[in-house]
Amino acid sequence: MIAKGKVFKYGDNVDTDVIIPARYLNTSVPSELAKHCMEDIDTTFVSRVQPGDILVAGKNFGCGSSREHAPIAIKASGISCVIAPSFARIFYRNAINMGLAILESTEAAEAIQNGDEVSIDFETGTITDVTTGASFQAKPFPAFIRKIIEADGLVGYIATQK
Amino acid sequence: MGMTMTQKILAAHAGLDHVEAGQLIEARLDLVLGNDVTTPPAIDVFAKTCACGVFDKSRVAIVPDHFTPNKDIKSADNCKKIREFAREKGIENYYEIGDPQMGVEHVILPENGLVAPGDAIIGADSHTCTYGALGAFATGVGSTDLACAMATGQTWFRVPEAIRFDLTGKFRENVTGKDLILWIIGKIGVDGALYESMEFTGPGVADLSMADRLTICNMAIEAGGKNGIFPVDERTLEYIRTFAPDRYAASSYTAFSADADAEYVSTYQIDLADVPLTVSFPHLPENTHTVGTFEPIEIDQVVIGSCTNGRLEDLREAARFFAGRTVKKGVRCIILPGSQRVWNEALAEGLLKIFVDAHCVVSASTCGPCLGGHMGILAKGERCVSTTNRNFVGRMGHPESEVYLAGVPVAVASAILGRIAGPDEL
Ligand code: SF4
Repeated sequence: MIAKGKVFKYGDNVDTDVIIPARYLNTSVPSELAKHCMEDIDTTFVSRVQPGDILVAGKNFGCGSSREHAPIAIKASGISCVIAPSFARIFYRNAINMGLAILESTEAAEAIQNGDEVSIDFETGTITDVTTGASFQAKPFPAFIRKIIEADGLVGYIATQK
Repeated sequence: MGMTMTQKILAAHAGLDHVEAGQLIEARLDLVLGNDVTTPPAIDVFAKTCACGVFDKSRVAIVPDHFTPNKDIKSADNCKKIREFAREKGIENYYEIGDPQMGVEHVILPENGLVAPGDAIIGADSHTCTYGALGAFATGVGSTDLACAMATGQTWFRVPEAIRFDLTGKFRENVTGKDLILWIIGKIGVDGALYESMEFTGPGVADLSMADRLTICNMAIEAGGKNGIFPVDERTLEYIRTFAPDRYAASSYTAFSADADAEYVSTYQIDLADVPLTVSFPHLPENTHTVGTFEPIEIDQVVIGSCTNGRLEDLREAARFFAGRTVKKGVRCIILPGSQRVWNEALAEGLLKIFVDAHCVVSASTCGPCLGGHMGILAKGERCVSTTNRNFVGRMGHPESEVYLAGVPVAVASAILGRIAGPDEL
């Protein structure tokens, strides 16, 4: 599994209220949530993001509430992977359960710049900044997590296990 | 590299000889828990998993405790939904209000013998970490995790790093496990243990009652922790001999201890004699102050109960201070025994009579006001001293009300004096 796209870069402690504001939580329809993703810190994100693009951020990404709507909104916006030095614990779980790929790499999160073209090999955990030629090594997902992501989340994965 | 207690439990449940921090594993679960808030959405997800039944009828627990006895039509509908689900799936550990084994989930699961050392447990409730007191690995998850775990009996984990709290000495008089955990959160902050296990070790552990250990592990999440855990000792074994006699007799539990060369991201040395009577001011548990070091703060209400401090030991402690005294005029004191069993024992021991004579109201065994549900909601501007675990904005009612977290002795002294106070002032 390979992801490739343009980078949207944000800072530390991006919280779940910024990812999807509470005022939109009266729905859980992914395409509706995606319309408001990140709008409180970047009003242009939704209009610029293309399928496959990659979100790079600072530490403690996804802190705040346990709403599963946050990873759903990011994934439905087209983002293929989030790279950060660390993720808040419940966001981390929810992201994988919703089938949103996330990778922890302090080096990649620091070096990769907004707008860079990046490709990720999930099998090896290699992150390549195509723009600069630099490459970084994140811990690859074990096979079962790759399968959860490929199955579009935990529910799909369980259905494939039957 | 050696493993911590938590890592050993996770390795054993993943069928691996060794795991290390950061590793993602798939683990078998001994128990899966849901309540009346988190189970209804999980039931919808469960339907999508195509599972016809739960993985093991004896290893799923469903506890309607948050908005029960049902506070409104929506909560009644939710409880109806989980009641029907439990019946349809034949779930053995479904507890209806009034059942002698019923009460607040994290009080009753250990009391009902559903937790033993070495177990791996998830619950769709953040305070599931309570069960680490018995030497189990237990952590909170979301509704999707609950649904999938009910279907498969498995879940995935990221193996956590650990912080070690090396305890020595003994508490000073009237200082409790609640003061210790509030004090620790005050030191490390509400994200001080993010992702990590909080492992409590050292000679000071022997002196901590099981009620104290349950209280301490209950609040690991308030430091961002994945779980809190205590080693298994004589007291733990005595506890499971009492509450889980079948498992004790069959030796169907495992006492894991950390390897000597286990890795910890940090270690704190704590002399229990240094822990002061501690209160967390609004609106974060880390906002701690030592009793006696601040200007008088007048209060309107006191709540004694919840999964943090609603056990029999807590009520005995409360009765010790209330005996022969009364709640200050103008202050309301609400006592919620954590379970029917606690309620009944408190009745038999005469504790409830002491509370009523002291002008407290004794409520049903429910979460009630702890999460601002019902049975003690605060009005705008009101202040409450509470033995619960969260004091976020609006947690117990109006967004402009205030919750001060404390242990039982401080809560009782505050009720009697009408201001936040320590028991030495009585
Ligand atoms: S008593 Fe409070 S903290 Fe405990 S389970 Fe109930 S609502 Fe949650």
